[in-house]
Amino acid sequence: METPETVPLKKTDAGHAARPQQFAQAAVTESSEAVISARQFSFFYGAKCGVDQVSMAIRSGSVTAIIGPSGCGKSTFLRSINRMNDLIPGSRAQGVLAVNGHNVYDKRTNLVNLRQQVGMVFQKPNPFAKSIYDNICYGPRLQGIRSRGRLSEIVEKCLRDAALWDEVKDDLHKSALALSGGQQQRLCIARTLATRPNVVLMDEPCSALDPIATARIEDLIAQLKGAYTIVIVTHNMQQAARVSDETAFFCLGKLIEYDRTEKLFTNPSKKETEDYITGRFG
Amino acid sequence: MTEVSVQGEKRNRNAAAEFTRPLLLSPSEDLAGYVMGHLGLTILFLITTTSVAAVFLIFYFVIRESLPFFTTGGGAAILARVREFFTDPGWYPSATEPRYGALALIVGSLYVTAGALVVAVPVGLLAGVFLSDIAPFNLRQICKPVIEILAAIPSVAYGFFAVMVLAPWLQTHLGFSSGTNALNASLILAVMALPTIISVSEDAMTAVGREIREASYGLGATRAETIINVVIPAGHSGILAAVILGMMRAIGETMVVWMASGNASRIPSPWWDLSQSIRTMTATIAGDMGETPKDSEHYYALFTVGLTLLLFTFSLNLLSEYLLGKARAGRGRR
Repeated sequence: METPETVPLKKTDAGHAARPQQFAQAAVTESSEAVISARQFSFFYGAKCGVDQVSMAIRSGSVTAIIGPSGCGKSTFLRSINRMNDLIPGSRAQGVLAVNGHNVYDKRTNLVNLRQQVGMVFQKPNPFAKSIYDNICYGPRLQGIRSRGRLSEIVEKCLRDAALWDEVKDDLHKSALALSGGQQQRLCIARTLATRPNVVLMDEPCSALDPIATARIEDLIAQLKGAYTIVIVTHNMQQAARVSDETAFFCLGKLIEYDRTEKLFTNPSKKETEDYITGRFG
Repeated sequence: MTEVSVQGEKRNRNAAAEFTRPLLLSPSEDLAGYVMGHLGLTILFLITTTSVAAVFLIFYFVIRESLPFFTTGGGAAILARVREFFTDPGWYPSATEPRYGALALIVGSLYVTAGALVVAVPVGLLAGVFLSDIAPFNLRQICKPVIEILAAIPSVAYGFFAVMVLAPWLQTHLGFSSGTNALNASLILAVMALPTIISVSEDAMTAVGREIREASYGLGATRAETIINVVIPAGHSGILAAVILGMMRAIGETMVVWMASGNASRIPSPWWDLSQSIRTMTATIAGDMGETPKDSEHYYALFTVGLTLLLFTFSLNLLSEYLLGKARAGRGRR
């Protein structure tokens, strides 16, 4: 098999210098560096192409929304960033997808460290059938933290950061499955924060929640902005407009448009984007 | 009647309201449909209740045939009989002074079952973990049916292997005086229990949702950490049920233990000495029943052994049903 994913970073830089530039101009407005950058990145399930030659750069500390119709590759792209797609048999990546300058599809990538630096919140709240306390401690314990005092500190801090502390502080040792859906999702966010990630990927985190729970998650995203780089896939365009600084529009595996959220929703430069955000298709 | 009015409205100009078939039919108007529907229900109900009735009849029959063993001597003798049956290790039904102590047989059954589980549980669970979480899809597709073939081999074939291959091997390589002994029977029972344990535990672990695995991997857990911390705890009810089902297979097995265990009704001493011959409840029933006159004391005693065995497997079955139900409930919650 050809192994383009192991091509050294520099060579790829030279080869495709033109394309990332184009997006860098449009999207990365401030001088902050790109923490995630894709260059000609493609992802395949067997013969099927899920993500088709995507190039984009996501700057540190921002909230980036990825929108697009179902099956457009937005979740696939998101899940490629911390290599969660590895679990799917027959999947394969091409091109470069770099986190903090390192190609995550390099053979030497340490998946444990990658996933602790790039955490993920899933579509359906998926707490473990353990206590709230043990859910939060799962990541830190894997990192070798054993001291009870230290763990309790982490639990309190993460639950506070996830705006859940006041609701559960007296029930820390109750099962996480007894929480409501919205609380479970905030617990999952707290659990992700407990591994002390730099990037938090959110895969339609509100699609299983009611509007009130959704609003709380959105508030939470606004609070976390800056301390974490957040990439959120969403079906809900209003949500993308509300929470994100930049928005990327995917269609049929390709990145159609990537720009500041305000610009993309008020004055899109591509016809497809306009059709999609005005509801003419998708 | 309503259908008349439906007929009457047939000429309505509005095509959407033109219902050409009557929506209400009384049983007399749709006799064939009515009879076939009820007849079908009745037949299916009877067929299903036959097997349920069979279970109750078996219990009734076994209890009826074993009761005289305790009651023939009259009131005071009942307690003595119960004590003899459960505490006397001597099973000498054809002696001039017959003794019907089933302790050695009960111990023998438990002994080979425990021996089988010691081997089959670790091997079966590791294989289940491998198939559910580690093996690539294609390998799993090949392995599962092949393992299930193990369950399709007739037990007499296993017994033949035990006597002709394993017994001489044990004698020559481990220096046992007799090759047909507790170790031999345990090993063969372990192989027979494996397909059940592997298959049911693999199902239990495969049924643990992908979301839960992803949550663990997403937090930076390795595959081993995910299996130990998440998959096995989530599937524990199903895994326990797998062990109990394997145990039932071992405790109820007859032909293999009859051929491989040596059939000496005594409690091994010292207790850990697997090289000694033992005798199980099942092998005793199978071996003695042919030469026992009906309605003799020996006959009633054998039914009492059968009743004891039935109570063992019945309670194990209840326990496994309970655990599998719990496993299913856990899955539904996700």
